Amino acid sequence: MTTQTKKSIFNRPEKPYVHPYFGGVVLGVVLFLAFFLTGNGLGSSGATSRIDALIVDAVSPSHVDNNPYLLKMAGGDKNPLDDWIVPLFFGALLGGFASGAFNGRLKLVTTKGPNISNRTRWLMAFLGGVLFLYGARMARGCTSGQALSGGATLSAGSWVVMFAIFGGAYGVAYFVRKLWN
Amino acid sequence: MNFPLPSFIAVSAANPWTYVLFAVIGFAFGYTLEMSGFGDSRKLAAQFYFTELTVLKVMFTAIAVAMVLLFGAVGLGLLDFSQVWVNPTYLASGIVGGLIMGVGFIVGGFCPTTSLASASTGKIDGMLFMLGGFVGAFLFGETEQYFTNWYNNAGYFGRVTLDQVFGIPVGAVVLIVVLMALFMFWGGEQLERIFGKKDLAKEPRLRVAGAVALFAAAVAVLAIGNPSLEERYNKVTFTRTETIPQLNADPIVNTYIYTADEMLEKRLAFTSPAEAFKAKYNQSMNPVYLDVRSEADYNLYHIEDAVNVPLERVLEIVPVLLSEPPANTVFILMSNDETAAVDAWKLLVGSSVQNVYILEGGVNNWIAFFGKDDKTLRADPNAGDDQLGYLFPAALGSRYESCSPDPIEYEKLEFEQKIKLQLKRDKSGGGCG
Repeated sequence: MTTQTKKSIFNRPEKPYVHPYFGGVVLGVVLFLAFFLTGNGLGSSGATSRIDALIVDAVSPSHVDNNPYLLKMAGGDKNPLDDWIVPLFFGALLGGFASGAFNGRLKLVTTKGPNISNRTRWLMAFLGGVLFLYGARMARGCTSGQALSGGATLSAGSWVVMFAIFGGAYGVAYFVRKLWN
Repeated sequence: MNFPLPSFIAVSAANPWTYVLFAVIGFAFGYTLEMSGFGDSRKLAAQFYFTELTVLKVMFTAIAVAMVLLFGAVGLGLLDFSQVWVNPTYLASGIVGGLIMGVGFIVGGFCPTTSLASASTGKIDGMLFMLGGFVGAFLFGETEQYFTNWYNNAGYFGRVTLDQVFGIPVGAVVLIVVLMALFMFWGGEQLERIFGKKDLAKEPRLRVAGAVALFAAAVAVLAIGNPSLEERYNKVTFTRTETIPQLNADPIVNTYIYTADEMLEKRLAFTSPAEAFKAKYNQSMNPVYLDVRSEADYNLYHIEDAVNVPLERVLEIVPVLLSEPPANTVFILMSNDETAAVDAWKLLVGSSVQNVYILEGGVNNWIAFFGKDDKTLRADPNAGDDQLGYLFPAALGSRYESCSPDPIEYEKLEFEQKIKLQLKRDKSGGGCG
């Protein structure tokens, strides 16, 4: 075992996930510290938009200046990456990687329901990503920025968004049950 | 020390540690999500088939714990809630966006941040979700212009929290949310037993102790309550700088920190009629004139564009003032003299509204300054303190000439500059942004 772990950060013995309530308490403390130290909560979908804005700005700066939504982030000589959510986004990528490495979960796999092919799963994951981020930008935040952070600060709108997310998912779950069961 | 730390509210190239702090917070966030199992889409999707309710448990434990700590810290006066980002409420776009997110969740098996934890640990579906996310966010940026009015205005209520919606103390909402979460955990475990064939006897006993601790903490938050308006008012400070030019050397800059009462004593919170008038034509600020007199006085005479908010109703408009969009908004309060305006100033400052000033000498002084040539207005010798000092032939509201002085006639006005813009946090600067 030990020789194996020394060999690489991949193929470590896989450790079980932590208990959900324990994970929740840790996440809650992290969220509180974020608010306590910086006044901002957690989030990530904003960074996706900003990275997009950076790419659009590089390809066609005049397009950015004609689009009010992008203008706010990348208009003129504004750097769209100059926002707290961007370091948070990359930190989260790194943190996920570190936990995966530490607990032996770094593997190139596809997580899917038992009755669909890898390709179907990939297509659905891509489609789901398109839909989710479209909705997240419309609602001005995703499960992290709205449901989690806004939920903890008792923002009325965030609780509405949270129920809408669960409503949307439960409403459609039955029709896509083949994907997961 | 005051929390949140003022220099860490936003990233700034001048202070590279801001990037480090946000990256560390992100690291902890990603680490926690991965160790809770959110890198695996099956665990997330199981939530919606009642076989495994990890999503609900992690999420609501996190919300409850963070909320109890947050409002505990606010109640103890450690944390300034006005500096905490509270997602503004946009009902229409929130509901439609939320429903779309829900569909994306069950189809794609992730939410944005969990897809990061998934992609970074080598899950191909997580990577594709991330990629799809970039496309989705791009499409939103391209299509937002077709419904921008709806997106920005439909069901907009500003910064509003649940305690304001229901009109109960925030501590009571905290307790209700905790009780709701505990009930959902209990219900969720029953669902797992029924649909997921899970043996609840194997669950750790410690979770009951945790539930009791959470409940006790919520009761404590309710008992602590919120700092009163007066306590918050006493904690407010203002920074003013004074620059003394030096011959052949850099000017000396002195920084002074004043309490709210000192701002009144030293008359730093008062702006002259000339400055208040000129603010309208100043490109760098967006003045809002708040007339705190009675409606009767307001109807007799008021400055053009002034909004009537009688003193007793000032606190009702605080949520709107706190989310007033442009960061350069300056609120100028006025009563007939100064008494009511000073009271209103204390209420607003205590409620953390920024850039609030008082019209020096009130409406009477305004008339004395701009309306001295108006023959129709006669001074009322019997007027008491903070009463209108003039007699009006008719209730013309803002149609007296002096209500909207001619900007050309008064182009050159000399005044001492009292208004110092303190830029608030950018409206789009928080949340998922």
